[in-house]
Amino acid sequence: MAIKTGQRWMLWGLLSTALALYCAEGLLGSDKTLYLPGETSHGHYQIEMACPACHGETGFGGDAVLQDSCVKCHGAELKRADDAHPKSKFTDPRNATRLAVLDARLCITCHAEHVPRRAGVMGVTLAADFCVYCHQDIAKDRKSHQGMKFDGCAAAGCHNYHDNRGLYEDFLTKHAGEPEIVASAWLPARNAVSLLRAGGTYPQTPLGAAAADAPRVQRGDALNSHQWAASGHAAAGVNCSACHQEKQAAGEKIWRERPAYQVCANCHAPEMTGFGAGRHGMRLALNLPAMRPAVARQPMKPLAHDKELNCGSCHRPHEADTRRAAVESCLGCHDDEHSRAYRQSAHFHLWENEINGAAPADSGVSCATCHLPRETRREEGRTRVRVQHNQNDNLRPNEKMLRSVCMHCHGLGYALDALADADLVRANFSGRPARHVESIEMAQRRALEKGKRGGDGPPS
Amino acid sequence: MKIAKMKMVSVLPLVAVSMALAGCGEEKAAQTGISPQVMADSLFAVMEADRTVYTRLIINRLQNDEKLIKASEHWQDDKALVLPAQMFRYGAERVAEKGAIFSYSLLSLWPVNKQNNPKTETEKAGLQFIADNPGKNYYGEEQLGGTRYFTAVYPDVAVAPACVKCHNDHPDTPRSDFKIGDVMGGVVVRIPLT
Ligand code: HEC
Repeated sequence: MAIKTGQRWMLWGLLSTALALYCAEGLLGSDKTLYLPGETSHGHYQIEMACPACHGETGFGGDAVLQDSCVKCHGAELKRADDAHPKSKFTDPRNATRLAVLDARLCITCHAEHVPRRAGVMGVTLAADFCVYCHQDIAKDRKSHQGMKFDGCAAAGCHNYHDNRGLYEDFLTKHAGEPEIVASAWLPARNAVSLLRAGGTYPQTPLGAAAADAPRVQRGDALNSHQWAASGHAAAGVNCSACHQEKQAAGEKIWRERPAYQVCANCHAPEMTGFGAGRHGMRLALNLPAMRPAVARQPMKPLAHDKELNCGSCHRPHEADTRRAAVESCLGCHDDEHSRAYRQSAHFHLWENEINGAAPADSGVSCATCHLPRETRREEGRTRVRVQHNQNDNLRPNEKMLRSVCMHCHGLGYALDALADADLVRANFSGRPARHVESIEMAQRRALEKGKRGGDGPPS
Repeated sequence: MKIAKMKMVSVLPLVAVSMALAGCGEEKAAQTGISPQVMADSLFAVMEADRTVYTRLIINRLQNDEKLIKASEHWQDDKALVLPAQMFRYGAERVAEKGAIFSYSLLSLWPVNKQNNPKTETEKAGLQFIADNPGKNYYGEEQLGGTRYFTAVYPDVAVAPACVKCHNDHPDTPRSDFKIGDVMGGVVVRIPLT
């Protein structure tokens, strides 16, 4: 009996040690799956093995560390979106009673993580009628809202919690009555080259095939077939060595046949930042192994499963054709309904026409037109058109596309209706919107009423 | 036992503050530092000065007199001047972001933006008091979210024609008879007493 008890203790000791080792391996090793409290949301599953990215180095930072992590990745985007509910609106103690109901100072109040059954689109873990907590009296101020249900505020194409840049009243009335397709329906032209030509500090002498500076032994197809000489890189004076030659710490130079993707950031830093902020590059941005279609939650083509996502997955630096990255690259992997329907859509027809030269430049609509939109910004006193390389930047809620994409070609009313029709989105906009979003008419009616009360619109 | 202890803790600073408020002599003042009222009054002096300067030298001059550039709530889209009330709120938000212990806001009994309606009892009493007693300030205390605050409400006066014109003409205003010199609302300054 005594021996038996001793053996039991030994067994217990052994098993405990084994369990401890197993757990320690999970914590210290690279596979931390063991510690995932629940399935991670679609926004974060790619980086779920980088626990410290959200939980801090110790993992025990609590709400403050989590909040900092949210802001680190999403703060700039929210600022640009002119966030309608920034934390700073809620820190005033006069909001204490509100915060007791819903602590709007913390992202995780509405976007809890690792609770898959509760998470809806955009990782929102509250019931869809959450606006009611603070705006229950809205019908008193807005008679038009009487009888409306609170689960429709954000679902009907009228309001968003964060980004209302394309939905605010004065914007709606300003763009009332626009036609379905506007007269000048094209995108702002990319202008990096014209800005370079116009002057700057950049060496911009176009290079010909004879100027290539790759060592003789390193010359491969890119030079032999004159690909590089015809590319945008040669035209912008970017020689072989700019990407292939790497300076070691000791000053010695080595030649890399396949430069790492980071080399691109030497010249394309803003694009790289955007890439690292979206689903394509978020793993690389956190020093995790590159994303592969095989682990995506979206339907992907089986043949593409083992591709790795970096700059070179979509772009060919030696090629003259920069359009591959606008359609072919996307459809090489993506295999969902919306992607599969693209080649039957009116948008694709416009793209074909542009490619064939039957329609003017920038009038076609590729995958990139909507998902890698061209943004016009002021940079150093000049207007610069850049491609946003975070393809998630304007994806959800889809009204974010109104201004950055749709309204280049469509009137606001038509675009609102189209984006609100989920079936139409799945069919890649082949057909007509089946529903109508009333918000422009509502804003107009209200403006009229106010006019009668004696107001004269914006101050003069 | 625990409850009794907590009560003691929250009462102590109150005693200190009420003594300071009552002005219990130099020695006490040195111990307790600046009284909440002096601090609130000083903060308001700066706020009021900046607000008046912005309205007179920027808004009233460039929008109303020179008619060079408008002020608009959607100043980014309209490439316009920031409204005085927005200027005030952005400042208040920045102060909050920096972690200052005090907070302030611009409210009114006749607000253009319904979020600027008074919410707490002290805000309601304070705004009513400054409306009924032009030239006077209101001082009170209130408990919000488990913290006790010294709350001061100061009149926000129509100092320039721009104030009156913009508010009287605004489509969302509940009141269209403001005159220059009228109390249009109030600045609420809060200082925690713990
Ligand atoms: C160009 C138009 C304009 C001018 C000029 C202007 N205001 Fe306002 N004011 C507004 C708007 C719009 C709001 C609501 C802003 C918000 O909170 O979104 C507002 C808010 C306020 C509030 C808070 C309560 C409310 O109405 O929402 C007060 C008080 C106020 N203004 C007083 C003044 C005073 C005093 C002046 C002159 C020093 C002034 N305003 C100048 C447009 C103006």
